[in-house]
Amino acid sequence: MNAPTALAEHEAIVTDVGAPGASTTGPSSTDSMTSVWEPACAVADLEPSWGEAALLRARQIALFLVSGEEIYAVSHQDPHTDAPVMARGIVGSRGERPTVASPLHKEVYDLATGECFTNPALVLQTFRTRVVGGMIEVELPL
Amino acid sequence: MSENAIAPREVVIVGGGPAAHRLADALHSRDDERAVHVTVVSEEPHLPYDRVALSKRLDGTTDLTLEPTSVWDDDHVSLLLGERAESIDLEAGTVTTASGRAIGWDDLVFATGSSAPVPEIPGSELAKVYRTIDDVDWLVAEVDRLAVALGRPARVLVAGGGLLGLEAAGGLARRGADAAVVHSGSWLMSAQLDEGAGRALGRIISSQGIALHLGTRPRAIESDESGAVTRVVFSSGQSADVDIMIFAIGISPRDELAAAVGLELGPRGGVAIGTDCRSSHPRVWAIGEVASFDGRCTGLVAPANAMAEVVADRLLGGAAEFTTVDDATKLKLSGVDVASFGDALARTEHALEIVYADPARGLYQKLVMTDDAKTLLGGIFVGDASPYASLRPLLGSELSNEPAAYLSAAGMEPPAGDELPAEALVCACNNVAAGTVRDWVNGVHGDACTDLGELKACSRAGTQCGSCVPLVKKILESELSKSGIAVSRALCEHFALSRQELFESVRVTGLTSFDEIIGRFGTGRGCDVCKPVVGSILASQNDGYILDGGRGTLQDTNDRAMANMQKDGTYSVVPRIPGGEITPEKLGVIAAVATEYGLYTKITGGQRIDMFGARLDQLPEIWRRLVDAGFESGQAYGKALRNVKSCVGSTWCRYGVQDAVGMAVELELRYRGLRAPHKFKFGVSGCARECAEARGKDVGIIATEKGWNMYVGGNGGFQPAHAQLLVSDLDDETLIKYIDRYMMYYIRTADRLQRTARWMEEIEGGLEHVYDVVVNDSLGLADELEAAMAKHIDGYEDEWAATLADPERLRRFRSFVNAPNTPDPSVARVMERGQARPARADEVASERVVLSGPRIPIRGE
Ligand SMILES: Cc1cc2nc3c(=O)[nH]c(=O)nc-3n(C[C@H](O)[C@H](O)[C@H](O)COP(=O)(O)OP(=O)(O)OC[C@H]3O[C@@H](n4cnc5c(N)ncnc54)[C@H](O)[C@@H]3O)c2cc1C
Ligand code: SF4
Repeated sequence: MNAPTALAEHEAIVTDVGAPGASTTGPSSTDSMTSVWEPACAVADLEPSWGEAALLRARQIALFLVSGEEIYAVSHQDPHTDAPVMARGIVGSRGERPTVASPLHKEVYDLATGECFTNPALVLQTFRTRVVGGMIEVELPL
Repeated sequence: MSENAIAPREVVIVGGGPAAHRLADALHSRDDERAVHVTVVSEEPHLPYDRVALSKRLDGTTDLTLEPTSVWDDDHVSLLLGERAESIDLEAGTVTTASGRAIGWDDLVFATGSSAPVPEIPGSELAKVYRTIDDVDWLVAEVDRLAVALGRPARVLVAGGGLLGLEAAGGLARRGADAAVVHSGSWLMSAQLDEGAGRALGRIISSQGIALHLGTRPRAIESDESGAVTRVVFSSGQSADVDIMIFAIGISPRDELAAAVGLELGPRGGVAIGTDCRSSHPRVWAIGEVASFDGRCTGLVAPANAMAEVVADRLLGGAAEFTTVDDATKLKLSGVDVASFGDALARTEHALEIVYADPARGLYQKLVMTDDAKTLLGGIFVGDASPYASLRPLLGSELSNEPAAYLSAAGMEPPAGDELPAEALVCACNNVAAGTVRDWVNGVHGDACTDLGELKACSRAGTQCGSCVPLVKKILESELSKSGIAVSRALCEHFALSRQELFESVRVTGLTSFDEIIGRFGTGRGCDVCKPVVGSILASQNDGYILDGGRGTLQDTNDRAMANMQKDGTYSVVPRIPGGEITPEKLGVIAAVATEYGLYTKITGGQRIDMFGARLDQLPEIWRRLVDAGFESGQAYGKALRNVKSCVGSTWCRYGVQDAVGMAVELELRYRGLRAPHKFKFGVSGCARECAEARGKDVGIIATEKGWNMYVGGNGGFQPAHAQLLVSDLDDETLIKYIDRYMMYYIRTADRLQRTARWMEEIEGGLEHVYDVVVNDSLGLADELEAAMAKHIDGYEDEWAATLADPERLRRFRSFVNAPNTPDPSVARVMERGQARPARADEVASERVVLSGPRIPIRGE
């Protein structure tokens, strides 16, 4: 993968973002040239607070429908152990921030920013999402 | 040692009881200069042990060894076990032992304790006493032997209605003996209690089935031609049929060696000492029960420890003094709450007595105050001694409230820990003041002790008779909350309630959804702490499929997939094998399934078979096969009953006395699926040999000739605990009734993730309280607890069968929401000893992986 070099040098271009959480505190920015909006599944396929994995362009992405159209996408890979399990973590909140806890060792991450509350050395990769015609799309770097 | 080092001073301690242990330990930890070498000569064969806890030994072979034992490993401490000191030479400074060994000393310390006296009456050579481990082990064996030989409970008569006698009688009664007490006073514990209290106690003791003969004493012990005791005649002329006669009528100091060399003795025996604990010889000291201070010997461990500390200090050049004897006492007998302290009998001039008595409820509480009703002089509690721990340290100080307010029977909360002055004695046994406990909590002596176990170990408070533990806990909590390390019992940021409070709130309101519950009792969206708690509470109260109705999102990692997640994100599968009993056909099914899915198999510690390495999406297919073959979920993933381990019992074993497997299967089928604050395990052994290791379980059941003994609160794992005897010789029906009550009471009142062992440690009143609730129904909850259990049993369904029956439920097991039939490509396996296991990172890198995701056989839909 060679996308990261492109990622670092661009400011956020916030367009057409479905999830309110993601629209304000989205992940590191990408522009339309280096990323692609990939359809994942219908909003109706997800049960609130029950995470599911999606296989998008050979990447495993964990999707969470927190409420209404508040949808988060993060890497399915647990930053601590690399096991593909994050979609199976418990969703909740810390103060105002939406969280997911790793099902293996219970590190707690901010779903919107990927910041880890329990171990600052860890980061969970996050992705922007939007809803287009009832379908959830995830923005993936190319 | 270098040439010119001064030879250490030789200190010989005669006797190896608690006093000797404390002295050796104090010297060991304080003698930084290595100026002293200690030799302990002890006639008993055991490492010095906690005599105070002797009655625990009636429940089985509890280890009573006094901690720390590290003192005995120090090369400046020699311990001679099984050696009796026989004579002393004061001139030469030597002690000679029964084996002829002579040991020189610079200082000699008597810590010989007491013996239990037996009066000179006809037949007295047949009488037994209750003083040492060997005494207790003999009694246990004899009570069990007689029960078998006679086909009825052994009849035990205990002379002495004081602390020791009641402890012995109560303990033996719980062991299944037919116990009676003969006491010369007109009421029990007449040395510590006034008449009202003594009579209240008498009612409680009689209600436990222990017969009382008051105001009389044994006059003769009769036996048959074989020398077995048959009858005891009382001075009143009456008599009783008896198999075992025990005297527990007091203590006689073992001052024979001291007397032989002419040391000054107290008026009632014992080596006379002053405040420096020195005898009439400047180099001879006495501590513990053998020491006579102010003209008397005291049969309690608190002064023994205090004297040991004084002598340690003096031997190292200090000037500590022993000044007062604290003779507060609390009876350690299940189901009987009795305590007294200070001037309990109101001998102080013009003392006021404030009494609350409720004979119907078996309650008697009294405070003795100065004539202005301000200063606390003493007190007595019978039936409910909960105020004792907090009030005893206030002895001699002014109470901030009107005295009656402190009597719990009158319905008031006793004063909290923070009102205690720093010098107030919290733990009398180990002489620990409130200020010292606070210092440990606040880290003044090193790392702050923020949990009860740690605090007890560091400060020593609460480690001997245990009566002050509730107070120590209160001090801990109030200190921590002061310093902001809020030990609020709040579950997490979303709920200010403890698990127990939340359980009750949910039960009373009947709410069944997380959103309603958090809306009503909490804030925010919940988290990985409170969600599983609510999930478990709802499951304990309502049964019903755990993943339906939004409850799936509350479940912890393993419950969510109804399988145990392993380190690589795959799962292990454990079918239930009740009691560890399985047919060869069913074993064959497990073998076939494991082979087909390439699962790694291993026998678990709980007599089941665990199959590892199943992907989330494979779980339904695997379970389809297992359910079709008659298996059901083993709930190895739940905070629920895991398994009931059993030995083969009387069915096959030539020692077995009951059908252990039958009982284990029955229990496992009864409690399967029951969700609790933490996982729990049972064990059933077919006889006292205990091959099922049942005492390492939350509920352990051990067969006896007459039924089952029920043990509770055992734990393996990293904080092992032996289960304690709750009740003996139960029939099947009563056993099950008591287990129902015990488990439901635990489920209602324990904290989150608290196993039964820790719960019993923390709950106020401990084992005794639990006994009261389960056996005596002291809270009037028994029917409710049994009904809750009955509801659970009626509502049980196998979670995996329920999943397979519903396509909506099966959706939860898809690998990817957008590619439900594509297996997770990242699974990598390596073969080892004939089975597949997860590949390590280095193996993945070096491509030693033999199997990886896409190549794992996928069964078509
Ligand atoms: C059943 C029971 C319950 C009790 N409960 C309580 C309670 O709840 N609270 C409380 O405060 N106290 C209680 N006590 C009392 C407490 O156990 C004693 O006060 C304490 O053990 C005294 O310690 P000690 O070291 O002075 O004497 P001991 O414990 O008697 O130890 C003396 C040791 O020295 C040995 N010895 C004696 N002579 C020689 C010799 N010549 N050579 C070698 N060794 C010798 C003895 O065999 C013995 O092992 C209880 C006692 C009993 C028996
Ligand atoms: S506990 Fe008793 S019955 Fe069970 S296997 Fe061992 S010896 Fe046999």
